[in-house]
Amino acid sequence: MATESIAWPVPDAGKPLVEQLHEWVTTVDHKRLGILYIVYALLFLVIGGVEATIMRIQLMRPQNDFVSPQVFNRMFTMHGTTMIFFVAMPLVFGFGNYLIPLMIGARDMAFPRLNAFSFWMTAFGGFLLYFSFVGGDGLYGAGNAPDVGWFAYAPLTSQTFSRGHSTDFWILSLLVSGFGSVGTAINIIATILCMRCPGMTLGRMPLLAWLNLTMAGLVILAVSPLTAAQAMLLIDRYLGAHFFDTQAGGSAVIWMHFFWIFGHPEVYVLVIPAFAFASEIIPVFSRKPIFGYPVMVAATLCIGFIGMSVWAHHMFTVGMGAGANTFFVLSTMAIAVPTGIKIFNWLATMWGGQIHFKAPMLFCAGFLFQFLIAGLTGVMLSVAPFNWQLGNSYFVVAHFHYVIVGGILFTTFGAFYYWFPKMSGRMYNEALGKLHFWLFFIGFHLTFDFMHIPGILGMPRRIYTYEPGRGWELWNVVVTIGAFFQAAAILIFVANLVWSYFKGTLAGSDPWDAWTLEWSTTSPPPSYNFAELPEVKSRRPLWDLKHPEDPDWRYE
Amino acid sequence: MQGGARIALMPGCGLAMSAFAQSASSPTSIFAPQSTPAQSIFDLSLFVLMVTGAIFIVVFSLLVYAVVKFRKRGAEGSEPAQVYGSSQVELAWTVIPILIVVVLFLATARVIAGIQNPVRPTNALEVTVIGHQFWWEYRYPSLKVVTANELHLPVGEPAFLTLLSADTDHSFWVPRLGGKTDLIPNHPNSMWMDPREAGLYLGQCAQYCGTQHAKMLLRVYVQSREDFDRWIRDQSQPASGGQRIFETLSCVNCHTVTGTSAKGRFGPDLTHLMSRETIASGAAPNTPGNLRRWMQDPGVIKPGSKMPAMGLSDPELDALTAYLETLR
Repeated sequence: MATESIAWPVPDAGKPLVEQLHEWVTTVDHKRLGILYIVYALLFLVIGGVEATIMRIQLMRPQNDFVSPQVFNRMFTMHGTTMIFFVAMPLVFGFGNYLIPLMIGARDMAFPRLNAFSFWMTAFGGFLLYFSFVGGDGLYGAGNAPDVGWFAYAPLTSQTFSRGHSTDFWILSLLVSGFGSVGTAINIIATILCMRCPGMTLGRMPLLAWLNLTMAGLVILAVSPLTAAQAMLLIDRYLGAHFFDTQAGGSAVIWMHFFWIFGHPEVYVLVIPAFAFASEIIPVFSRKPIFGYPVMVAATLCIGFIGMSVWAHHMFTVGMGAGANTFFVLSTMAIAVPTGIKIFNWLATMWGGQIHFKAPMLFCAGFLFQFLIAGLTGVMLSVAPFNWQLGNSYFVVAHFHYVIVGGILFTTFGAFYYWFPKMSGRMYNEALGKLHFWLFFIGFHLTFDFMHIPGILGMPRRIYTYEPGRGWELWNVVVTIGAFFQAAAILIFVANLVWSYFKGTLAGSDPWDAWTLEWSTTSPPPSYNFAELPEVKSRRPLWDLKHPEDPDWRYE
Repeated sequence: MQGGARIALMPGCGLAMSAFAQSASSPTSIFAPQSTPAQSIFDLSLFVLMVTGAIFIVVFSLLVYAVVKFRKRGAEGSEPAQVYGSSQVELAWTVIPILIVVVLFLATARVIAGIQNPVRPTNALEVTVIGHQFWWEYRYPSLKVVTANELHLPVGEPAFLTLLSADTDHSFWVPRLGGKTDLIPNHPNSMWMDPREAGLYLGQCAQYCGTQHAKMLLRVYVQSREDFDRWIRDQSQPASGGQRIFETLSCVNCHTVTGTSAKGRFGPDLTHLMSRETIASGAAPNTPGNLRRWMQDPGVIKPGSKMPAMGLSDPELDALTAYLETLR
């Protein structure tokens, strides 16, 4: 199964730039599409970060007038939409695309052309959203971006309250990228179910494959209602239907249900792949197999299943009645159990190991710490009466950034450093990686720890300015300072990637002494991945190869 | 400030402690309850904070221990013992969280029922709250009083609010008097409160409702029964005279002044405008200068306000300001 002897050809060398670009645009190779997703997501990460920074400067002091209310409202709408749909989702799909075939010993995804189609739909969606800056109000109105918030509650999105086309750009871009997401999800499921190499039973798959399988199932279940709702909203706006048009008897609450039955599973769509990264990185850097593999799989499926029944905890203040509120309290609290199991199993994986604190592991340790807190503030928010106070305040903003930045982005940075040698063939700079970690860690905690406090002191989200004398001033200054630390860390990260791509030391096939199949082929892998398909007998095929005296398959 | 230093070390506990320390100085803290629903939320919150705080301390200690104890030291050695799992410990950290969830759930269900299904006293004060872009309309149906932006309630008596919206979603949130409840068009909601101490309670709209969501501020004046009755009596009087200039302008299309031909409902009722301390839903103090500036161009005080600049001349502005000042 070893493919060390296959020399990596250098196909790009000598070809004219146009031809190289043409190859990228027309590629159906899962690895290139994965990298396209990732680069695209990084581009939008910077854009979304700039939007966040603008908001933080505006909120640094009360009654500030750095931007107008209209601009501020566009900034938070675009920041939320961008970060979820055009940063987090492409990152998830990018790593999934790149890693899944390699880790299950396949030569490509099940449907390579669907794969390319899905990427370009997603990419087109993002560009369409940003075209609204130019085209939203038409050029005579100098354009504008949507300002309805990323969950776009009705009836603010109706023609009455949202003139011009900015909301249409928002609808269409999510509609289009939604098709891309469903396409990729189908592809991931088909690949994992049908393309595994000989010997790789479902129970021998790397956890990353299990978690991405769950994620893809959730995408199909969650994105479809969103797509349906967008279509209904479009019909409302242009064909005179009244699904969400409250002035004609429509229901604003129905939109909330449609949105959140997408919106909450979406959180798991993003966080389950983050769990997947942690489940691959923590064992390798602790030098132990993942603790309790079957329970980890069961907990993941459990999270996916319960995750479909918790959406209305975003709606505790909507006036649903005591019965419905009580049900969603229970389902939401229940999800803490499988999530807790995961945290304990990661801890047990580290327990008794030899933990190497390289950049990927640093980020995963940060993730464990932050995800613990995010989970606990999540339990607070699941308590409906507490939620009546905390909901829609800066406490919620802090909580979900703890999940998305402290959890998802941290593990994703870990994944960047962990798989960068595989993708580029070169090692990143470890010192810069550690500097990135510490700067980002400090910035993250300055921003999002202190952001809880104004929420507790009554500061609602989505306000472009606030009154002095409410005890919010100091905390907002600290939060803004943290944002600049994070921005600096991101610059170091991007510089590290670019520098290492050209100047890093050669990585070799297996720089981490790891155990899954992607490390058995060259770095970067050839377009066909494996010269001959590997055959596996356990969950850690490379461990078996390196330790013939003590192989895993004796214990599984 | 010392609370700040602690937070950097221990986010979970530090946050709670610092917020408690701050709650005394903030007029909108959720940890300074002044009504029965707010108090029962606060008591439940303390219980939840204690449980989650304990979980944090246990798991955080384990994490720190693992990171310190098991970090690789010195040169590359042999691989550590390969452990694949343990049914007993995994069962333990499944069952214990389930028990904690059951306890938290039962405590929560009890408070939900207490707040959402209250016994409604027959003499409770009824107020209809209508959210508008970007101001609040208050109607006391049994007392025949209509006002805007400044809600008055008697101290120590239960008030039941019916929450409606004239346009988009809004949310009524006065943290010291209770949790928030949304105002949604075509979806009437209700909430109740029984403020325990007289005084001014602040809050603001907590559901994004458009351009000026940030300046849709809430002011609740809790008064002794006598003061409240006096206020109701004053508000029930028709407007004083001198309205000619007002009635000849388009003001009447959107505003009501009882006893005149002004019967518009798109904007706030102005019959007793001068009894309020603020204008534009708390955006500015109610002074003659601010009134004049507001009428000249509302966008200066509140860009995105639904009231247009009417293009009034200086003499018209002076006359109107003088008239509004008589609306006591």
